[in-house]
Amino acid sequence: MDPVRFETLPAAYKHWKLDLSAAEKTGVARLVLDIQEEGGLRPGYVLKLNSYDLGVDLELADAVQRLRFEHPEVCSIVFTSGKDRIFSSGANIYMLGSSTHAFKVNFCKFTNETRLYLEEASAESGIKAIAALNGIASGGGYELALACDEIYLQEDGNSAVSLPECPLLGVLPGTGGLTRLVDKRKIRRDHADVFSTLAEGIRGKRAKEWALVDDVVARSKFVETTTKRAESLAAASPRAQAKGAGIALAPHELTRSSEGGKLVSTYRYVTLSIDPKARVAEVVVRGPDHAPPRTGEELRKLGSTANWALRAWRELDDAILDLRFNHLDVGLLVIKTRGDLEKVREADEALAALVKSGDWLAREIQLLQKRVLKRVDVTSRSLFALIDEGSCFAGSLLELALASDRVYMKDDEDHEDEIRVALSSANFGPMPMGNGLTRLESRFLRTPDQVGKLREQTAPMGTLTTGQASKAGLVTIAPDAIDWDDELRVAIEERASMSPDAMTGMEASLRWGGPETLETKIFGRLSAWQNWIFTRPNATGEKGALTMYGKPESPTFDMRRA
Amino acid sequence: MSNVVNDTRIPNNVDLASDKKLQRALEQWQPKFVDWWVEMGPEGFQKDDVWLRTAISVESDGWAHFDYVKMPEYRWGIFLADQVPNRKIGFGDNLGQPVWQEVPGEHRNTLRRLIVTQGDTEPASVEQQRLLGQTCPSLYDLRNLFQVNVEEGRHLWAMVYLLHSHFGRDGREEAEGLLERRSGNPDKPRILGAFNEPCQNWLSFFMFTFFTDRDGKYQLLALAESGFDPLSRTTRFMLTEEAHHMFVGETGVMRVIERTAQLMKEAGFSGDVRKLGGIDLPTIQKYLNLWFTLSLDLFGGEISSNAAAFFAHGLKGRAHEEKEFDDHVALEGFHAIDVPRDGKLAREDVPMRNAMNEILRDSYVADCQRGVDKWNRVLEAAGIEYRLKLPSRRFHRHIGLYADVSATPTGELIGKEEFTRRRGEWLPDAADEAYVQSLMTKPVYEAGKMANWLAPPARGIKGKAIEFEYVRHEL
Ligand SMILES: [Fe+2]
Ligand SMILES: [Fe+2]
Repeated sequence: MDPVRFETLPAAYKHWKLDLSAAEKTGVARLVLDIQEEGGLRPGYVLKLNSYDLGVDLELADAVQRLRFEHPEVCSIVFTSGKDRIFSSGANIYMLGSSTHAFKVNFCKFTNETRLYLEEASAESGIKAIAALNGIASGGGYELALACDEIYLQEDGNSAVSLPECPLLGVLPGTGGLTRLVDKRKIRRDHADVFSTLAEGIRGKRAKEWALVDDVVARSKFVETTTKRAESLAAASPRAQAKGAGIALAPHELTRSSEGGKLVSTYRYVTLSIDPKARVAEVVVRGPDHAPPRTGEELRKLGSTANWALRAWRELDDAILDLRFNHLDVGLLVIKTRGDLEKVREADEALAALVKSGDWLAREIQLLQKRVLKRVDVTSRSLFALIDEGSCFAGSLLELALASDRVYMKDDEDHEDEIRVALSSANFGPMPMGNGLTRLESRFLRTPDQVGKLREQTAPMGTLTTGQASKAGLVTIAPDAIDWDDELRVAIEERASMSPDAMTGMEASLRWGGPETLETKIFGRLSAWQNWIFTRPNATGEKGALTMYGKPESPTFDMRRA
Repeated sequence: MSNVVNDTRIPNNVDLASDKKLQRALEQWQPKFVDWWVEMGPEGFQKDDVWLRTAISVESDGWAHFDYVKMPEYRWGIFLADQVPNRKIGFGDNLGQPVWQEVPGEHRNTLRRLIVTQGDTEPASVEQQRLLGQTCPSLYDLRNLFQVNVEEGRHLWAMVYLLHSHFGRDGREEAEGLLERRSGNPDKPRILGAFNEPCQNWLSFFMFTFFTDRDGKYQLLALAESGFDPLSRTTRFMLTEEAHHMFVGETGVMRVIERTAQLMKEAGFSGDVRKLGGIDLPTIQKYLNLWFTLSLDLFGGEISSNAAAFFAHGLKGRAHEEKEFDDHVALEGFHAIDVPRDGKLAREDVPMRNAMNEILRDSYVADCQRGVDKWNRVLEAAGIEYRLKLPSRRFHRHIGLYADVSATPTGELIGKEEFTRRRGEWLPDAADEAYVQSLMTKPVYEAGKMANWLAPPARGIKGKAIEFEYVRHEL
């Protein structure tokens, strides 16, 4: 199967139309979903009724990302359909039915991330989203609406919202639908129960009464009403005051090669190499090689390609997605860095200063780094960070180590100066995990004072040796230099041999201590149940509901509750 | 035999009096229905005495009573065909199981949807036809229009009875919804496309009753097979009334053709029949094309998982399931369907159950063809070579496989642009509409008289003369 590639740009969209014609004047962008039936990412299914596959979602993710960076004038988005009578019928069922388990899981994870990023764009960047449902929004179609700030449903006797997955397909609305009903929209659990078992969904007055939508609007007034609402949200957004131009997001430049049985993708700041035989991947992130921009003007001049703080992280994002979708056999990702600690810190602090000065673009770059780190957090591979000579785990890059399941730091008295870690302001707030805490706070739930100590200790932030870092609780194992290679080989071999299912479950359970949020519930509860259901005969067995969908026979269930 | 009660507010044979709650609910719905009728029913004739038949029982001899009645006082009743003892489900996964007298929980929502969708068509057609009386070609036809209208009203009652008696609060809300939607209103349209199309002239009315009421017939035949017995019994009785509606359509178009043939003779066959105030055959063909294809859409997608599920669960069968088919499980075998792929047609074998909509459509098309053949015999007898034809199923479709392709009436796939350019050759254009409309500006209220474009019927109704005053219209 051809590998999935994640890059696109508006001119290449097949399924979405990004309409910016009114953006300059009103701050409103329209994202019009008009899915090309025959334009699926893979053969074997037709994207009827505005149903989507990964290709559609990649475009959506791209559109939201570009609006953030390229269009500061856009302060609200109207999501609507280019088709009559149907907004979207959600993920294409035949695509799901013909996909492997791993692809389904990865697909759901990506779509969940995209929905969360849409919400983040609203909360953090002031880009408000309105779902203008000018037709039926079912399943993933309604889940997309749930990720918007406000939902408007056209009243035309036909348009309804629904989550038909449980009654019709024997699976869950897995793109956050169930969670957002009760957690985000705070819909009564019994209403949510009725709604989620009613295949045809709910329309009109009752949809509003139950808060499934914010309002129902007559067809003849629909476009006008929703546009007006989007305009007033845009006008009230702090982003409307944003100063300074946006920057274009350039395509990645990378080479893919094969070296000694390893598949190597080399970006400017990131190298991902996959060892299929050992089922281990290694990612190396290189630190900054230039002085950081200090002014908004400099920041814009560097654009998306000449600024480490943006380019390295975009590259890492692409590499992580490549690993997730295209290299399923790899169970372990080794994370390394190369570069100058001080330069990473410099880049972090320069960025932080620009953010503090109110530069919206600097803030977007910081938020992007945050999202990439979250992407790492929910990647279902064992993550080992290796800290040795020449590494630059400082500040934002240290977050990569803190995101890892284990941190190995070489203990070598002879090279003490070359093996160090460092903290920056990036470690104390701007990059929280899905649970709302920083990675340090999550790490030190038992000894919360440790976070404050680290902050003092490192102000003005010095660097920590292996001994200091170990003492500070930042390191899992600090093998001696002579044991380093062997220790690591054994650790990696051992980890790669364990049950991938058990590791996925274990890591997901351990990574987010502390409080629950919408996000942790989606990834930790909804997705976990969904992934379990996906493997059960009642869904995907020979007579399971997902298998039987669209077939002439009805599904048969094993009625025992598990 | 069921016991008929005719002296209550709601005539019925379902022993309504014994279920006070249901009776009360229906009695609350009744005034709303009458309000709807007065607002949306035939405009300008509500005070007139109309010679109508009223269903009073389900006996095959004498189920109806004929008399003058003012339409708002029409006694819309609830009649179910007699229960067939020991009836078994005749198809699907539950084949041979006893039928359900109560709604099975797992099929409640689906059944409700089916009933609401059927029920919605009944008031819709009344709304579509509400202005036609003002341009009637004769009192005989005016009365037939009203007969169809009041019976569509009764069909609505039949569906509302099911909703009230078996679907709880949801059912009652849906029953209200049936009175709230309005044909052609973009904000609250009727559920199905053809029921939002305007039916502005009598040629359309005859085509509608021939083609669209015939869709109703086939939907009712399929529902009459249902394992949900009350639905089966209700629809079986509705079919009795539906037959008259199709009679109105079939004879209506036939009379138009007869008159046209006559005028053609007068004009000399090469002459322009429009000059003599007749409807020329090509125009009739265009209206046929329009209403046939709009009605084809009502059967739904050619390949349908919903249709498969309805069949699997024993909710909706095929027309004459027992008589016409041997394999009632239909898990084996395929139905060949021409699927458009990249501008060409590819024949695909669709599992039988998924093709149930298409199979019902097959029966429907064959039934339509029988009517068209009769019309053509009139032309033949008149020595006219022109023949009317049913267009291809791919022509002018808005639902299903052919919704996104353009085709000629013979079924050849063409570009969208060509279709738009040639549309007027195949479907009534503004000029045709204007011409047909121009023939029907003045109503004919004189007993026994016919409009110039229409031949008289062969005979009157229920033994009455054609000259009988079927409607006593107050001018
Ligand atoms: Fe009817
Ligand atoms: Fe009818």
